[in-house]
Amino acid sequence: MVFSYYPGCTLKTKAKQLDEYARRSAEALGFSLCEIPDWQCCGGVYPLARDEVATKLSSVRALVSARDEGRDVVTLCSACHHVLKRVNDDMANDEEIRNKANNYMGLDVPYAGETKVYHFLEILRDKIGFDKLKEAVKNPLTGKKIGAYYGCMLLRPGKVMEFDDPGDPGIIEDFIRAIGAEPVDYANRNECCGGYVTLEAKSLAKAKSNVIVNDAVANGAEMLITACPLCMYNLTKNADGELPVYYFTELLAEALGVK
Amino acid sequence: MNEKNQEIAQELERISGTDAKKCMRCGKCSATCPAYGEMDYMPHEFVYMAEKGQIEKLMESDAFYRCMSCFACVERCPRQVEPTNIIEAVRLLKIRQQGQNHLKPEQIPALLDEDLPQQAIVSAFRKYSK
Amino acid sequence: MQRIGVFVCWCGSNIAGTVDVHAVAEALKNEPGVVFSTDYQYMCSEAGQKIIKDAVAEHRLTGVVVCSCSPRMHEATFRKTAQAAGLNPYMVEIANIREQCSWIHKDMPEGTEKAIILGKAAIAKVNLNVPLQAGESPVTKRALVIGGGIAGIQTALDIADAGFEVDIVEKEPTIGGKMAQLDKTFPTLDCAACILTPKMVDAAQHEKITIYSYSEVEEVKGFVGNFDVKIKKKARYVKPELCTGCGLCTEKCPQKKVPNQFNLGMDNRRAIYIPFAQAVPKIATIDADYCTMLKTGKCGVCSKVCTAKAIDYTQKDEYVQEKYGAIVVATGFNPIKPDKFGEYSYNKSKDVVTSLEYERLMNAAGPTAGTLLRPSDGKHPHTIVFVQCVGSRDTRSCGKEYCSKICCMYTAKHAMLTREKYPDTEVYVFYIDVRTPGKGFDEFYRRAVEKYGVHYIKGMVGKVTPQGDQLLVQASDLIAGEQMTINADMVVLATAIEPDKSARPLATMLTASMDTNDFFTEAHPKLRPVESPTAGVFLSGVCQGPKDIPETVAQAGAAAGKVIGLLCKDKLLGNPCVASSDEMLCNGCSSCEKVCPYGAITYSDKEFRIAGKTVVRRVASVNPAVCQGCGACTVACPSGAMDLKGFSNRQIMSEVDAICK
Repeated sequence: MVFSYYPGCTLKTKAKQLDEYARRSAEALGFSLCEIPDWQCCGGVYPLARDEVATKLSSVRALVSARDEGRDVVTLCSACHHVLKRVNDDMANDEEIRNKANNYMGLDVPYAGETKVYHFLEILRDKIGFDKLKEAVKNPLTGKKIGAYYGCMLLRPGKVMEFDDPGDPGIIEDFIRAIGAEPVDYANRNECCGGYVTLEAKSLAKAKSNVIVNDAVANGAEMLITACPLCMYNLTKNADGELPVYYFTELLAEALGVK
Repeated sequence: MNEKNQEIAQELERISGTDAKKCMRCGKCSATCPAYGEMDYMPHEFVYMAEKGQIEKLMESDAFYRCMSCFACVERCPRQVEPTNIIEAVRLLKIRQQGQNHLKPEQIPALLDEDLPQQAIVSAFRKYSK
Repeated sequence: MQRIGVFVCWCGSNIAGTVDVHAVAEALKNEPGVVFSTDYQYMCSEAGQKIIKDAVAEHRLTGVVVCSCSPRMHEATFRKTAQAAGLNPYMVEIANIREQCSWIHKDMPEGTEKAIILGKAAIAKVNLNVPLQAGESPVTKRALVIGGGIAGIQTALDIADAGFEVDIVEKEPTIGGKMAQLDKTFPTLDCAACILTPKMVDAAQHEKITIYSYSEVEEVKGFVGNFDVKIKKKARYVKPELCTGCGLCTEKCPQKKVPNQFNLGMDNRRAIYIPFAQAVPKIATIDADYCTMLKTGKCGVCSKVCTAKAIDYTQKDEYVQEKYGAIVVATGFNPIKPDKFGEYSYNKSKDVVTSLEYERLMNAAGPTAGTLLRPSDGKHPHTIVFVQCVGSRDTRSCGKEYCSKICCMYTAKHAMLTREKYPDTEVYVFYIDVRTPGKGFDEFYRRAVEKYGVHYIKGMVGKVTPQGDQLLVQASDLIAGEQMTINADMVVLATAIEPDKSARPLATMLTASMDTNDFFTEAHPKLRPVESPTAGVFLSGVCQGPKDIPETVAQAGAAAGKVIGLLCKDKLLGNPCVASSDEMLCNGCSSCEKVCPYGAITYSDKEFRIAGKTVVRRVASVNPAVCQGCGACTVACPSGAMDLKGFSNRQIMSEVDAICK
């Protein structure tokens, strides 16, 4: 299995581990991530305004590139995943945006959302299977109590993201079980960490991150895992206390013995 | 609603793609909003005032800079109103005006720390500047 | 050639005010077939009808056109007049020159012109009318009630009291339905069991009522007055005629870990069980999914302890075939499961319960014997938050767009009873609107606030977070304009109600129409609220739309009244305006069968003699007793074989021609 891989800006700089461990794990699990040539930044946030098309074009370019290679796209960063998935949904279902984008890009073959966008976790669940992953684990993380932190971008809006039940997700818990550890359930795993508002209102980001971390600790979590570099930042730099937070790929690589 | 307010309301509906009239005033958006405590107008007020055409009042506040785009209000709204789209549209009506960029490049260095991911800066620029 | 009389009605000034009635009568005199034309002040009056009767005799009329009000108003009147004068009643046509003309025009010349055109169309049609005879069919004097909740029980009792046989088919082992699970009932707070169980016993003891419990309708054939129904009696592995309901087996069965459905899984029962003490019939049933004997062949404890020798592990499903004149649907409802509303943490905490679960927790026969205790740790809760509209008025796929109607009242009841029994408990109700439009309902809700001190807060709950042994409730207080949090011991979700899942397949069997929410559709939302558009099928209770107990009982009685009216008749006169197929033109394509909403069309192979040879062809035939005359088949038929009596293609085209001339 070969996928077109969209790493995104942060995975090339502050979140190199998220990227590196994912590549190694993919190899160990028998699929490869082929980086999309000359990919451009997704913009970090999905442009909600109906009249914004230009800001969606970098995503469209990546999606078209994958289509032309005949592959599906895989992402790791929650924000990139959110933006690519929603832009792809626009291209498939919003005639006005599709026409404008196609007119602007002047493609030989117009694009209408044909590419499938997967998050790395969805590949593990839907293409590899958590049972198979469990069999591939060499160093199970037995006894580790891990809280899944979903955040917002992977789940909502559920109608478009179709990642998991946005109110009560379970995919990361299943992942935690597959690598031999014990998931810790807590209600705030799908609440916001504060996101980019850390630049605008630090106190707000601090408060939100603390709600999450405190809830996880109160329920017995020894660590959190996340797929998002900005969540990682907020949960480690803005939250009080010392609860360790890892990228899920780091624990995956450790379990697979490729760290 | 006077003519000017009506014009802004129409522009807002065009940008947001959201029909504020679908709101049944249950307040679930504000009940679920993580930024609630720091907004002088709450999400349900954005929806209500958008419907009434009082958008200039909303533009004068800075509540919309606190919205984290977490989509909790969108997901949990029983009437599929998408309040955050309205908040985003108000923000755009504001920052698309001349000289209203909320975040300027020269401010960035002071905001940086060693661990801040690029993603945060890119996102903030998208949200706070045109 | 017809001899047609035209009678133009003034309707006082209703018609004559805008239409020159003399001019209309005069203009229509010269239409083809017309031999007599006149006008009169009130054609529907006795004097008016006499004018028609006299004219029929004097001018030997074969057809009548009355230019008057809507046929909905007086078509039947004038048909009777014609019949009394010796004409076939279907030789009468009405030109509606009131609702469709005088009432909507202001200008006299314009109104007059249109009235003449409408008159011409009716004349053109009567020229092609043929006498029609309504068919007759006998009526089986027995009714079937599907569903044994309060709706079904009440309907059955009312029909039986009028002297007709009634069968109740109930899929659960006991009748009683949802009402049997309730504690007290609003707004008078009578105990549900105290008012329901006597009715259950009445039904069981009524000589005219047969109860098929633990049974389901498998197949419905036939039509109004003559339904043929197959009922499956599911194997309960207990011989009903022997079981005394002593309950010993339900105490001795070693399989103790079966979720007790009657208490919504909040406690356990045995694999052999009687749902509750006042069950009717009071017979044990073995739950085959859990019975060790049925699963592995090893156990047999219940059989050993049963002194009545009622246990029969070899029992099989049995089928009963029965004929009915009328069928009443009373399939009821279920609350939706709130597991798609993750923000309320229903799946995360046992102390987040639905209102029906709360009802069981308050009930003396419930899992806590009526003492309000938290499901998680059995402690007394001191702060309870009620959340209204969970899934109601919700346009998302997890919700229901409609208002479930009963939640405002039962939540007020829960809040009030909680405060009355446990004054040390703080009770909060989060609401969007409080909807209490019933007799004594708003007073009831206000009593909860003013006398019992229940805190009503306008706003929705956004998130419930289990925190230690408490629940952190985050909500909007819209009047105060703030987000508030409450540390609660319990959260109660007033979940939307939806029609029982058995309703949809049943509707298919009955060819009864449903709306997009799977509620049965009534024949007319105001004027025929307890009848389905399918003749002989009647609606009782929540299967037709959300309603509370008083409304359900009222509707149940109304449905019974309609059934009695039907069963009183020895024969049914059909509507002669039904479809019929010209077998020589039919090409056997099945288009008509597919569009028929009533299942009136069947196909069969028939032999035809064509040019001296015998040919077998597949052709459509219409059952005139089932056909409702909607005409969908005549439009769908590509070969023009299907036609509607009284509204034939030729008649309608000639009307159109007359209008366009």
